[in-house]
Amino acid sequence: MDNGGLCALLDPMQPAPFLQIQDIVKDFDGHRAVDHVSIDIAKGEVFALLGSSGCGKTTLLRMLAGFETPTSGTITLDGHDLAGLPPYERPLNMMFQSYALFPHLTVWDNIAFGLRRARMPADEMRQRVEAMLKLVQLTAFAKRKPHQLSGGQQQRVALARSLAKKPQLLLLDEPLGALDKKLREETQIELAHIIEDVGVTCVMVTHDQEEAMTMASRIAVMSEGRLLQVGAPGEIYETPANRFVADFIGNVNLMDGRLVEDEPGHVVVECADCRHYIGHGITGTLGMPVTVALRPEKIRVGRAAPVTVEGVPDAAFNRARGTVSEMSYFGSFTVYHLALPSGAVLKVSQSNTERERGGQLTWGDEAWASWSTLSPVVLTS
Amino acid sequence: MTKPSLRGRLRRGRAAVIAIPTLWLLVFFMLPFLVVMKISVSEMDGATFQDLVRLQDGSIAFNLKFANYLLLVQDDLYFSTYLSSLKYAAVTTVACLFIGYPFAYFMARARPTVQPALLMLVMLPFWTSFLLRVYAWKGLLTENGWAANAIDALGLDHVLAAVGLIPAPGQLMNTPFSLVLGMTYTYLPFMILPLYSNLSKMDLRLLEAAADLGATAWVAFWTVTVPLSRAGIIAGSMLVFIPCVGEYVIPELLGGPQTQMIGRTLWDEFFSNNDWPMACAVTVAMVLLIIVPLAVFSRYQAESTERRP
Repeated sequence: MDNGGLCALLDPMQPAPFLQIQDIVKDFDGHRAVDHVSIDIAKGEVFALLGSSGCGKTTLLRMLAGFETPTSGTITLDGHDLAGLPPYERPLNMMFQSYALFPHLTVWDNIAFGLRRARMPADEMRQRVEAMLKLVQLTAFAKRKPHQLSGGQQQRVALARSLAKKPQLLLLDEPLGALDKKLREETQIELAHIIEDVGVTCVMVTHDQEEAMTMASRIAVMSEGRLLQVGAPGEIYETPANRFVADFIGNVNLMDGRLVEDEPGHVVVECADCRHYIGHGITGTLGMPVTVALRPEKIRVGRAAPVTVEGVPDAAFNRARGTVSEMSYFGSFTVYHLALPSGAVLKVSQSNTERERGGQLTWGDEAWASWSTLSPVVLTS
Repeated sequence: MTKPSLRGRLRRGRAAVIAIPTLWLLVFFMLPFLVVMKISVSEMDGATFQDLVRLQDGSIAFNLKFANYLLLVQDDLYFSTYLSSLKYAAVTTVACLFIGYPFAYFMARARPTVQPALLMLVMLPFWTSFLLRVYAWKGLLTENGWAANAIDALGLDHVLAAVGLIPAPGQLMNTPFSLVLGMTYTYLPFMILPLYSNLSKMDLRLLEAAADLGATAWVAFWTVTVPLSRAGIIAGSMLVFIPCVGEYVIPELLGGPQTQMIGRTLWDEFFSNNDWPMACAVTVAMVLLIIVPLAVFSRYQAESTERRP
């Protein structure tokens, strides 16, 4: 993915960002759907708004499209304030959730709908529609009606229709939500390729973290109308800003504890079942309650107590002993649930790198879990 | 003995289900219609009809009289009556569509909680006798009736006279105007109900999609809402047009000498002239006249049902 847009965003010498969402609030009958959200999006970026249903992400997208009016705040696109512009005058197009294709029009006419409204000359329109059909590989289906297409084909028509007018900004509302899992994985890559080819700036809404991670250059995690964290997929996964983000993205073990040592290079957190020696500093006070987030794939597990754990001063740190209470085999990896002495459960996932491994853990086995100093993250909120 | 296959049993079940309406139509429509057809080609013999087929001196003699049908084609009176029936039915249908469409549209877009009440209001007139409601228009439209006064006060009667719906200003009753008004008033619910059921099912996101692609509300209405409500428009129009063609009571009560319609001609042939064969010929012609649009309609319906995903 082209990172030029992102670099431009970070460069202070550059002019104002392409899409600027400033302090947007939206109230519905006393219920606050969007709560003081500000986001800057650079040209060419694919930006994902991620959150569970009712988190305000769709409302935010609808305000960009012009279907809802912000209670307060401004949205500027390429330096122009969008306030007061009705949807039909905005230089952006949206791909709707479950597509909203016109059932009475053919694929060709669906794609041409926006061009007709713009009074494009017939010749140019024919060329554009054909180019769009080619882009989404539906040339052979031009004369079909939407209901004669499969779900994946309908999705591509919707994409072609929303790209036909060469919008400055493309909005995607749950672009893959209506497809089944297998088709979703294929379409995801295809969609990402097309968006990259066209080079359009893109804001997508999704509740599916995988979709956001694979397609977006940056992700904003939203909950209850608020923006919790904005960052690249890796950033959000590896250094979540708070408990909600850590828990929402992927699987995680969250352990409550107390800060007992706070040095610039490391901190020590004492939890019920173990002491964490963590290789990054935080701003906090000794004794404050914190949460340690530890991803299951970053934990090693075995029958024997680990001899050494890298980076850890002695055997008192970064290890825990427990009993295998649950085991789920997923083929490429296995997830173990270790019941720790305090009753807490530690999820550990192990890659199955060899076909047959002797002495594999099973239900009821005693096991040791250990992790490096770089694995856990301390969360203060 | 082998048990009948599932498919065989299904086929038998389907046949049994279809048999009931088929039998109904056969007994109460097809047989009477055949009787009417028979009478239409019969010779009157005093108060009875002559047999169509007779054995005469060892040879079979057919006695089919097509003179009535010839008369239908040749006599200008019948032809112009058919034409004017079609004309007034068409005008009424268009009037119902223009009044009923916005009506149905706003009902379908009203808050879901008030929609049942609105629906109730549309059907409320059915609670009163149809005859009474049509008769009431007589009082409203005669000189110094409320409606007549209102039309006069607004100067609308000059407009009506100019377009030829009334012969002269101030004369509203027993004119094409009063006839079309009465039929429009009576048949409006038949237009509104199918349109409402169609429009209320429409996916409103399609209008958002249209707006997103650059269509103003007005353009979206004509390019999305109207084409999508085609089935409703056709159903409503058929429900108004077909009974209007054969309408008898309203032309009798509200129509005038100018507005001869086929229903009245029928009545006259049956009860004034006592010419049953002629009346039957008129009936057969009328049924054929109505069956053609109906066939078109049901074919369209079948197609759109098939097309539904």
